Amino acid sequence: MRISKFAKIVLGIATSAVLAVIYLPLFIVVINSFNRSMNMDWPPPGFTLSWWTRAFGSGGLMAALGTSVTIAVCASIIALVLGTMLALALSRYKFFGQQSIGLMVILPIALPGIVTGLALNNAFRTVLGLQLSMATVIIAHATFCVVTVYNNVLARLSRTNRNLEDASADLGAGIFTTFRLVTLPQIGSALIAGGLLAFALSFDEIIVTTFTAGSGVETLPIWILNNMFRPGKAPVVDVVAVTTVLISIVPLYFAQRLAREDAK
Amino acid sequence: MKLKKTTGLLVALAVSLALTGCAAGSTTSAGSMLDKLGKSESTLTLLGWPGYAEDGSNDPKVDWVTPFEKATGCQVTFKPYGTSDEALSLFKTGQYDAIAASGDATLRLVAGGYVQPLNTKLIPSYAKVYDFLKNRAWNTVDGKTYGVPHGYGANLLMYNTKVVKPAPTSWSVVFDGASTYKGKVTAYDSPIYIADAALYLMKHQPALGITNPYALDATQLAAAVTLLKAQRANVGEYWSDYLKSIQSFETGNSVVGTTWQVIKNSMSAKASVDAILPSEGATGWSDSWMVSSTSKHVNCAYKWLDYIDSPKANAAATEYFGEAPVTADACQYASDKAFCATYHAGDAAYAAKIWYWTTPITACLDGRKDVKCTDYSAWTKAWQEIKG
Amino acid sequence: MPNELSDAGVAAIAVTPARRVSSFFYKHPKARLRALIALPALWLGLVYVAALLMLLVTAFWTVDEFTGNTKVAFKLDNIISLFTDPLYTTVTLRTLGIALGVTLVDVILALPIAFFMSKVAGPRLRNVIAISVLLPLWASYLVKAYAWRSVLSDKGVLQWLLAPIGLNTPGYSLWGAAITLGYIWLPYVILPIYGGLEKVPSNMLEASSDLGAKTLTTIRRIVFPMILPSIIAGSIFAFSLTLGDYITISIVGGPNQMLGNLIYSNVGTANNLPMAAALALIPIAIMFGYLGAVRRTGALDNL
Repeated sequence: MRISKFAKIVLGIATSAVLAVIYLPLFIVVINSFNRSMNMDWPPPGFTLSWWTRAFGSGGLMAALGTSVTIAVCASIIALVLGTMLALALSRYKFFGQQSIGLMVILPIALPGIVTGLALNNAFRTVLGLQLSMATVIIAHATFCVVTVYNNVLARLSRTNRNLEDASADLGAGIFTTFRLVTLPQIGSALIAGGLLAFALSFDEIIVTTFTAGSGVETLPIWILNNMFRPGKAPVVDVVAVTTVLISIVPLYFAQRLAREDAK
Repeated sequence: MKLKKTTGLLVALAVSLALTGCAAGSTTSAGSMLDKLGKSESTLTLLGWPGYAEDGSNDPKVDWVTPFEKATGCQVTFKPYGTSDEALSLFKTGQYDAIAASGDATLRLVAGGYVQPLNTKLIPSYAKVYDFLKNRAWNTVDGKTYGVPHGYGANLLMYNTKVVKPAPTSWSVVFDGASTYKGKVTAYDSPIYIADAALYLMKHQPALGITNPYALDATQLAAAVTLLKAQRANVGEYWSDYLKSIQSFETGNSVVGTTWQVIKNSMSAKASVDAILPSEGATGWSDSWMVSSTSKHVNCAYKWLDYIDSPKANAAATEYFGEAPVTADACQYASDKAFCATYHAGDAAYAAKIWYWTTPITACLDGRKDVKCTDYSAWTKAWQEIKG
Repeated sequence: MPNELSDAGVAAIAVTPARRVSSFFYKHPKARLRALIALPALWLGLVYVAALLMLLVTAFWTVDEFTGNTKVAFKLDNIISLFTDPLYTTVTLRTLGIALGVTLVDVILALPIAFFMSKVAGPRLRNVIAISVLLPLWASYLVKAYAWRSVLSDKGVLQWLLAPIGLNTPGYSLWGAAITLGYIWLPYVILPIYGGLEKVPSNMLEASSDLGAKTLTTIRRIVFPMILPSIIAGSIFAFSLTLGDYITISIVGGPNQMLGNLIYSNVGTANNLPMAAALALIPIAIMFGYLGAVRRTGALDNL
């Protein structure tokens, strides 16, 4: 169909409206991070930078940030490994139980977080008798992050040419070499996209984390949850949100660029 | 390479299964009392409401933990919890040495054997604690003291002075008279709030025979539930963290309901609110520091209990949190000279009108032997039904 | 010439252990498959599926009212109460309703923006919009919910916008919660739909038009069936995330509660893990039903 000019304008307006709605609350968050009122009164009675200085001086916040990044990185790496292995298997072979494996991958993210969290908490503590710790959180996060890598790599693999791998084998390259030099470069952008999404999912996750984190593990969302209880600290939370959004612009931009080049 | 990974996983699994055996084997004893204080261990893990043990990491000027660490050599790790129930499930993991628990959790801790009886002779500061906080139902069982108080406060009635006229003097404004402010009433979001309804019924429907709002048999509980379901129709929202409460009073979403003194103090100057202790009295809370029955750092724990009840530290902790201190000597250390007056510290008459949070249990707390009272799990189910 | 090259190549390669493994796998494709599948399948099976099964078993246990300890005995009490207790049926239906509503609204909002991004916008604009849609994912979930608390309040932005036309903000209510939830999940719904639309080749649309089909017909008979899997994929996110949520409803939902709250309070407040597990069976059953129904459409590959 030719998209008429009228349709284009209508779509453009709809898009702008949706984007405006998306950014209105974020705009409020930004304003509140400078809001002099510690209860986030609206409209703000005045502005101050004190929350920003307090945020960067807060040892607890920095520690929570570090914990979240560590967990997200570890979970993403595990998800990358597991997801790629699964994608390779399911794209190259047909076997009995294929559909069930596909379903198993999706379950951790298709089932609500409270179910996943409860099940894992019950399994770790009651059945296995493990102490909850950073490790249990990483295991939980990796489990629901696998699907993002899996889907991205699977989609990418279905677009690549198997002949290249066969040719590589014909030329004498072993399996690992072929993977390293032929397959990996082709799925590279899918790995980055999947890994980035896995990182984002893990970084902001709160429900499963609540159920699987031990006493000493304070991720950023848990820190935010704890700090919203005390009114004097609430605006610092807005500072954190603004900062994470700003920081994420750069990797997002590069991920988009990669995806663009990929599609060409 | 991949096969090795699989084997590694199986080994890890085998090890953890073996550890399960170890974990299941350890028992929690009912707790023998400490005889005398020994050498400090090196670490101490605490569990409490946010703000109970500040070490300067949130605000460099707010710190009463570091002086303790320097004096005793016990390095403190503090974990805050959001609700009493979360406190319970965290404490049960056995990873904490001491907990500051509210009365709605203390008896559950004692009944489950998670805390040990305290030898108050080893806690010198305890001698100067207000008498009305000692040997109460929520911190003493069978004559044994299980907890020393951190502070105390009442659940007051807060109202918007511009909207709620005339100024209320009774809880009826949120119960029988709540429909006047339909959609703008607020209440504390916890099953323990049922006690507030019971307290109201105690004064207004004496035929029910309620003598202790935490000792309700099935009929009395049903009456309280009926009252609360009627209230629910007028509630705008229930609150569980004070930011929510502050915000909703400031935006006018709530105009009347239960509150804590600290919330009233945090309201911005423009907000025209007042908080009173109504004629029927009120429920309240006195959090107790208790020591885990399986703690490996008992000496440090005792030292902490002594420290937190000492005048200077107690003033710092309670003033920061927004509750009354536990000893008269603390008042002189408060940065705000009106602190003790604002919180009615030491006012025995005021304190006598407070029914402190106590965990409801089947053995009636008012001493009745002929009936079974409803326990906390029954209250929890009832609370879910009230919210609907 | 080729022979010389390959001879030279073969002679130059040493037979290392890695080489041996590689040759083994090359000759035995089944073993290769098993090696690839083993770790992930074991992980997912042991960590997740086993945990779910244990939860299922727990649902059949009960809690001794007096001591609070779990009684390990196979009883149907909890499961039966799911159907007989009016509290549970009411809350389930309410949660289901909200989840359906949120999903529907999100899909409706996502379609025009995804369409604009993939078919109308130029490459640079597309990039900008894509980043703009993804950025909010990085602002913490809690912060967004509290921001909406401010927007929905009686003195908030929404009231300020609606007052001139005589309407009022929905305030802290089920509507408020639905709006907030819809807002938070929107990027998760836009992404798969956008991905699906990208796969629809533009020349197919032009061909359809060349063959005489009007725009609406093309959309109905060509575009829609092609993107249905991705729409369903997006809907799975919005639906499932709403089904189990207990945080947003407590921030902007007023005095109401959803299924997630019941589960959460049974774990914490009531200390009744078997009942919590039984209640958790409800969203599990619902999602399994939904996943089973949409499996045919191939939506599951689009997540």
